[in-house]
Amino acid sequence: MSDGASTLSAAPQPPLVRRSFLLWALAALACALALPHFANAYVTEVATTALLYVVLCLGLNIVVGYAGLLDLGYAAFFAVGAYTTGILTSEFGFNFWLTIPVAMAAACLAGIIIGAPTLRLRSDYLAIVTLGFGEIVRIIARNLDITGGASGLVGIERPEILGFKLMQVQHFYYAFLALALLAVFVCLSVERSRMGRAWFYVRYDEDAAAGIGINRVSAKLQAYMMGAVIASVAGCLYAAKMTAISPESFTFNQSLLILLGVVLGGMGRIPGVVLGAILVALLPEVLRGAGTYRPLVTAVALLAIMLFRPNGLWPDKRG
Amino acid sequence: MALLEVRDLRLSFGGLKVLQDISFSVEKGAINSLIGPNGAGKTSLFNCLTGFYKPKGGSIRLGGRPITGLPPHRITALGLARTFQNIRLFKEMSVLENAMSGQHCRSRHGIVSAILHLPSQRREEDRIRAAGMRWLDFVGIAEHAHRLAGGLSYGDQRRLELARALASTPEIILLDEPAAGLNEREKLDLVHLIRRIRDETGVTVLLIEHDMGLVMQVSEKIVVFDYGQKIADGTPEAVRADPKVIEAYLGTED
Amino acid sequence: MTLDLVIQQLVNGLIVGSFYALIALGYSMVFGVIKLLNFAHGDIYMSGAFVGLIVFSFVGVWVGNGWLGVVCALLVSMLAVGLLGVVIERFAYRPMRNAPRLSILITALGASMVLNGSALALTGGRHFAFNTDLGFAGLDVSAVHITYTQIVLVAASILLMAGMQAFVSRTMYGKAMRAVSIDMGASRLMGIDVDRVIALTFFMGSALAAGGGVMAGAYYGSVHFFMGFIMGLKAFTAAVIGGIGSVPGAMLGGLLLGLLEAYGSSLPFVGSEWRDVFVFGALILFLVFKPTGLLGRSVVERV
Ligand SMILES: Nc1ncnc2c1ncn2[C@@H]1O[C@H](COP(=O)(O)OP(=O)(O)OP(=O)(O)O)[C@@H](O)[C@H]1O
Ligand SMILES: [Mg+2]
Repeated sequence: MSDGASTLSAAPQPPLVRRSFLLWALAALACALALPHFANAYVTEVATTALLYVVLCLGLNIVVGYAGLLDLGYAAFFAVGAYTTGILTSEFGFNFWLTIPVAMAAACLAGIIIGAPTLRLRSDYLAIVTLGFGEIVRIIARNLDITGGASGLVGIERPEILGFKLMQVQHFYYAFLALALLAVFVCLSVERSRMGRAWFYVRYDEDAAAGIGINRVSAKLQAYMMGAVIASVAGCLYAAKMTAISPESFTFNQSLLILLGVVLGGMGRIPGVVLGAILVALLPEVLRGAGTYRPLVTAVALLAIMLFRPNGLWPDKRG
Repeated sequence: MALLEVRDLRLSFGGLKVLQDISFSVEKGAINSLIGPNGAGKTSLFNCLTGFYKPKGGSIRLGGRPITGLPPHRITALGLARTFQNIRLFKEMSVLENAMSGQHCRSRHGIVSAILHLPSQRREEDRIRAAGMRWLDFVGIAEHAHRLAGGLSYGDQRRLELARALASTPEIILLDEPAAGLNEREKLDLVHLIRRIRDETGVTVLLIEHDMGLVMQVSEKIVVFDYGQKIADGTPEAVRADPKVIEAYLGTED
Repeated sequence: MTLDLVIQQLVNGLIVGSFYALIALGYSMVFGVIKLLNFAHGDIYMSGAFVGLIVFSFVGVWVGNGWLGVVCALLVSMLAVGLLGVVIERFAYRPMRNAPRLSILITALGASMVLNGSALALTGGRHFAFNTDLGFAGLDVSAVHITYTQIVLVAASILLMAGMQAFVSRTMYGKAMRAVSIDMGASRLMGIDVDRVIALTFFMGSALAAGGGVMAGAYYGSVHFFMGFIMGLKAFTAAVIGGIGSVPGAMLGGLLLGLLEAYGSSLPFVGSEWRDVFVFGALILFLVFKPTGLLGRSVVERV
């Protein structure tokens, strides 16, 4: 068989981005880069929010879309990042950039505490435990002094790069764009690596994956922690942009919105998730006058997608 | 010393004794079979050997090393691979990705090196792909490498399960009813393939099968189960002549 | 803790616990039959409370705000919301029965959000008063006053649960339910109308939750669109503590959780704002050390 193998082993690794797609991706990037020069402050602000959701949805997509774990408390990790930056800069005078590794470590730790006991159980249990975890983090933030209680933290330091202080909407727009691009690159790289495939194996058939030599608990835990880390970094930058954070930014509804973004475009696929994230960010703007009907619209959207287009608005051609 | 040694293995679900003091062994380089009527406990035995079920008692040794009670992924890493009775492929993924899954436990690069695109990680990826392709070629479905596994014909899906298990470079491979649902022509190919597995790669084979013709044709030794007990163990000729086996399969008059 | 406080918290714990038990029972029944965590269960409880309040305000005109009104509200709400459960099953869960687990879970979540979102849209997020005049007459044990209302509520929940247990263990339908929960495919082959059994299970589970909702609304005197969220979480915890899928387990888990919460939050170092943290900690501990719960049996998944 070695004869056949030498010719066959030449099968190349696929490129990070398919060539047919590359052109579209570059065009989209050019538009994104140019946007603040054409758009007014309001549009730039909305676009910044969209980029924040792109990062959060890509992070949650690792957990839900790759590893198939339903996380209903993802906003908690976003909160861990935001509060880490908030507390360390305003109470302890940390430099913004130094708070990021601390936030990442804190998110990892929280991920292990929640994930390690529950990831070996049925997937439904994880959903409820993460939901509970999301609530707990919010309750803790509301009741501790160091987190500023219900009113939250104010006066969070704005970050500086090489002596340049990020102040305006446009600055943060570019900061979030950079973070979103980084998240896309990270997801693309991991998706087609050994660990990324292992997540898909576990998602599609846990028993078969275990039978073929994959440690399912460890694979799930790694996905869960990686999602946590991405959310926490998004939280750090979010805190710096807002300069004030409160527990109400990290509710169950926030977790649901992020999940909707993942499901809307197509779980497990980066272009779909990016599209879903942008739609989710636009939703509140479109529904400005809807008031108390807003959650209902979100809910109907989620249910309708699951029942009528379970692979999302922009599904994989293959599937 | 035998490659796989099972001693006094016991398993029960509630009051149902699925395995009762099962002992047998498989020599290195052998092709052995496990037969028995439906519900005899054959698949349950495989599930104990591969760590999916925790036996109530007894011991399992692989190459002299105790593996009783280890989780499935550890057992696979130690060199025992399996296929499933009802095909369990990753249907939504490509045929090649399925075959590559076997290499997971033979490789080590993680998330960070993937993000950094380390050269050693790229090389390892090349190696994993090459191994996947090689085993697809071995079972004869390399031309379908980039199709979805769920789109393969039934016979090819069975082959892919074999390729996936072989890609974990096992010492011994357990096949649970590999011929189920195959036509006569495909069964002949399978016999040929099972022999090639042993002869060309040196992997020991233990298979569960209901097709007696196939079993008698390929196996050097046969273990017979009935109601969770081992009722016979020997060469095809000896087993075929054993009155207890005949009774288990044909039943008694009274 | 003084003896009075101990007794007082025992009463509080039993009342809250019997609500938890009612909701947990529905969770457990549905889970037993289709192995699905019905996320919408907490919202069904909330819907039950609202339907009960509407009925109560209508019939109150004729029968007053006393027991008769509450009983009418209870019965009508159980019937209506039981049907709501059947409708949800028919249109949201049944189409997904063979879908991947993750999709089913997200659909269930969607159903829950639709109920919750509808309630918010219809009520504008306001609290509604559930004004009964059940009175405060009762017994005095030591310095603790226990009203007849409290006694009746606990007795009523126990009665409902006992009825359910009798139904599941004695009747033909109960038998069919247990058969479906053990092996759906085999049950179908044996001629059991699986769809009907599942619909019935949803009906009964939802009716129990609605009963809990009406009683809780009447007891606390207020109804709110968000009341199902935390309740769903706690009932799930109760079901896990008792052993999910087990009917007596749900009752035991509910009562234990109610007591745990009552005593836990009266300890000097944990204020009531930490009560939910306390409950959640219990959930994690159980999942780690006894995932089958107190009365549940462990099941080895077939491979
Ligand atoms: N996870 C489980 N829980 C309960 N009972 C089980 C479980 N797995 C297997 N059994 C029971 O154990 C017995 C043996 O089943 P097993 O699947 O091992 O038989 P088999 O010999 O492989 O039969 P077949 O030839 O039909 O595949 C059967 O009665 C089966 O119902
Ligand atoms: Mg079998």
